[in-house]
Amino acid sequence: MKYYNVKTDGGNIAVDDTILVKDIEALAGSKILEGFVPLFSAEAVTRLEEKGYKISGKTHVGEFGLDLLGEFSYYAEKETDLKGAAAELVKSGEVKAALGVDLNGATRRAAAVSNVSFLKPTYGTVSRYGVISCAASGEQIGVYADGAKAIKEIMETIAGHDDKDGTSLKNDSYDYSIGDVSGKKVAIIKELLSAADEKTQEKIKAFADNLKKNGVTVEEISFDVFDVVNTAWQILMTAETCNNVSRYDGVKFGYRAKEYKNIDELYVNSRTEGFNFLTKAVILYGSDVLSKGRYEDCYDKSLKVRRVIKEKFDELMNSYDAILTPVCSKASYESYEISDAFAKVFEESKFTALANLIGIPALSTCGVQLMGKHFSEATLLSLAYSAEKEGK
Amino acid sequence: MNYELVIGLETHVELDTNSKIFCSCGGHSSPKEANDCVCPACSGMPGMLPVMNKRVVELAVTAGLMLNCEISRYTTFDKKNYYYPDLPCAYQITQLNHPICTNGLVSLKTSGGARDIRIKQIHMEEDAGKLVHGGKYSYVDFNRTSVPLIEIVTQPDFRSAEEVVTYLNKLKSMFRSGGISECEEGAMRCDVNISVRPEGSEKFGVRTEIKNMSSFEAIEKAIRYEAQRHIDAIEFETEELVQETRRFDDASGKTFAMRNKETEADYRYFPDANLMPIVIDDEWLEEIKANKPEAVDEKAEDYRLAGISDKEIDMLISNHKISKLLDDVVEKGARAKDAAAWILTDCAGILRKDGKSLNDLTITAEKLYAIIKMVDSGDINRNAGKKILIAVVENDVDPAEFCKENGLDKKFDSSQIETVIEKVIAENTQAVTDYKNGKVKALQALFGACMKELKGAGDPAVIKSLLEAKL
Repeated sequence: MKYYNVKTDGGNIAVDDTILVKDIEALAGSKILEGFVPLFSAEAVTRLEEKGYKISGKTHVGEFGLDLLGEFSYYAEKETDLKGAAAELVKSGEVKAALGVDLNGATRRAAAVSNVSFLKPTYGTVSRYGVISCAASGEQIGVYADGAKAIKEIMETIAGHDDKDGTSLKNDSYDYSIGDVSGKKVAIIKELLSAADEKTQEKIKAFADNLKKNGVTVEEISFDVFDVVNTAWQILMTAETCNNVSRYDGVKFGYRAKEYKNIDELYVNSRTEGFNFLTKAVILYGSDVLSKGRYEDCYDKSLKVRRVIKEKFDELMNSYDAILTPVCSKASYESYEISDAFAKVFEESKFTALANLIGIPALSTCGVQLMGKHFSEATLLSLAYSAEKEGK
Repeated sequence: MNYELVIGLETHVELDTNSKIFCSCGGHSSPKEANDCVCPACSGMPGMLPVMNKRVVELAVTAGLMLNCEISRYTTFDKKNYYYPDLPCAYQITQLNHPICTNGLVSLKTSGGARDIRIKQIHMEEDAGKLVHGGKYSYVDFNRTSVPLIEIVTQPDFRSAEEVVTYLNKLKSMFRSGGISECEEGAMRCDVNISVRPEGSEKFGVRTEIKNMSSFEAIEKAIRYEAQRHIDAIEFETEELVQETRRFDDASGKTFAMRNKETEADYRYFPDANLMPIVIDDEWLEEIKANKPEAVDEKAEDYRLAGISDKEIDMLISNHKISKLLDDVVEKGARAKDAAAWILTDCAGILRKDGKSLNDLTITAEKLYAIIKMVDSGDINRNAGKKILIAVVENDVDPAEFCKENGLDKKFDSSQIETVIEKVIAENTQAVTDYKNGKVKALQALFGACMKELKGAGDPAVIKSLLEAKL
């Protein structure tokens, strides 16, 4: 297994290839960006380097982070089995942590499959400056590491306001402290639990047992919003992605088709050859939901769903400190064809979409997922830490 | 049958900001060479995010206040999708759902009497780049990409080409005096929506849109051509009118179809998640209001009442910087008419000698007023004042210090002046003889020599009368 697209020597932090590092070619897993070398580093990367961390290289990602866990990319045409590269690299111990962009749950699924942790923090807490952006309203840089403590250390370095990102929140720092969890209340979501395989259900139960040993109350509840949540996020995500990747047109940088007779052919041929099947499906879907006659029923309605769900979730969080769910439907990865990818990702993102839709933090750890209200990272990390301890 | 023209305008105006709308590249006037003024953000590279230029909001609000608009307290940006090589992101950031200003009104004085034009909205957006075609290839210049624009959309309230041109001239002088835009060549571009209907009819005719014209002359010609084409189509059934977008060809003076309703692009507008909604609170709005220049008409009237000539008023109204300097000097206590002469005649003259214009004037109101005050109070004469002015304009010296160092503030009593006159007469016998033989010009030479001896100080009227008496 080859983890890196580009490797540098002696680093301790890997960065996935949707995040820019100055002077290192960045492809975001796509042929369309072939030869694109950024002139600047992502803010998160700069902050790590300023603290003395060293970037070990750029890890493989699925094209624009759209697939299940990194199996379909331009690199994958040359190398096989590149899925979950950043997570696998962390697991191997070669790096202390890795940065990844959580767009549609691929990072959290990869962490679950590789049995490491990934925190997708609250939207707006880590600058998106330097992210090869697909869906500005819900994507977020997060951290892969082996356990809660390592995540805490990296988050404290990369989080905080950045003037270069208009969506960056004003606070300069956030709470990631790991503390006592006794008395906390966690809800297992029935609808998601029953949608997962037996092995995953066992993992959830084991995790819940470990929490209970630490004085946490765990209850099973019904919160039947996840199909609506997922549909809304897939609509917003595909629409925004369709728009953001439209700049890759063969005119300015990246890949340009060899054959074209006029500007229209230059666009069409470059994009036809440059994007993979899944990205094309996302572009078509996103283009459709934004088109005249569809906008109100699809895009606009999804924005309304986002508002309503945020209120409903906040209400639920008046009674609980976090919810506990599967990260994906199966405990181990099963391969599939790229022609099925769009449907497959749609199905699996039911478990992850809530965090992207309403911007809450989500922690994939020990093969399960914890989500809490905005800025509840300290609670999620504390819960994970207490369960990790018991699991060892 | 008589026909009535119905016209609505969409006018794009480049704002005079120091930087582009979403990045720190220089604004519209800075670049010289192609792609001189481009960064990763305005060339559409991934990873860069738009960051709002606050000044754009302030200028757009100022324009809205000048056009009597309602100012939105909550305004948002949307993305407009289309592919063109001069649009690096393949979308333009603009405002669709919550534009910054709505419901304005502009009053026009036309040959047909006073006319009110309703403003539907003003919105902020970014400009696109430019394509340059040469030989086998086309080239893209991104200098203009993301230069801030406001688009002013009127209701279909114009009834003649003359009204349109009057309106555009009014916008131009307002925006110049307001420091919003110099409206230089190409910085003001219009889309004209036009239809005709039988006089007295309420129903609108088929509408066509003529895109992207920047010269007022072309706009007028295009309207006249297009109106006649519509009338001919109705009257003589020369062709079937369809709702479509057209372009005006200056050389032939005709309009040509570009695309019709069926082939019109679907721009798939949607909110830009990278830019947070802008909230304009009371405090900010008051601040913008306080800094807003007076309405042009009002201001011209004030100048007129102060005795400033029409020619000078034109110069002042079209140059916000200079009119502000004048206002500041007047506020300190100078007479408007005098101050106008100091600025528009004396300063302009000094600058002209150096091949510069009033736009290059850097003198502060404080320094100019200091000079005017010295002259008005009789401490120095106007000639001395002008000497100081030259030094201030050219080298930004301190007026009082310069005056002292060069002895310009010296006072002479008549006996001192007489001594000088005697000396001059003794040294210039030829001139004296000429004068006595009736050559009036010779007096001027003698006077000049006296002034030179006195180093420019002293009251010229006193010197002249003493000189004449002596001769």
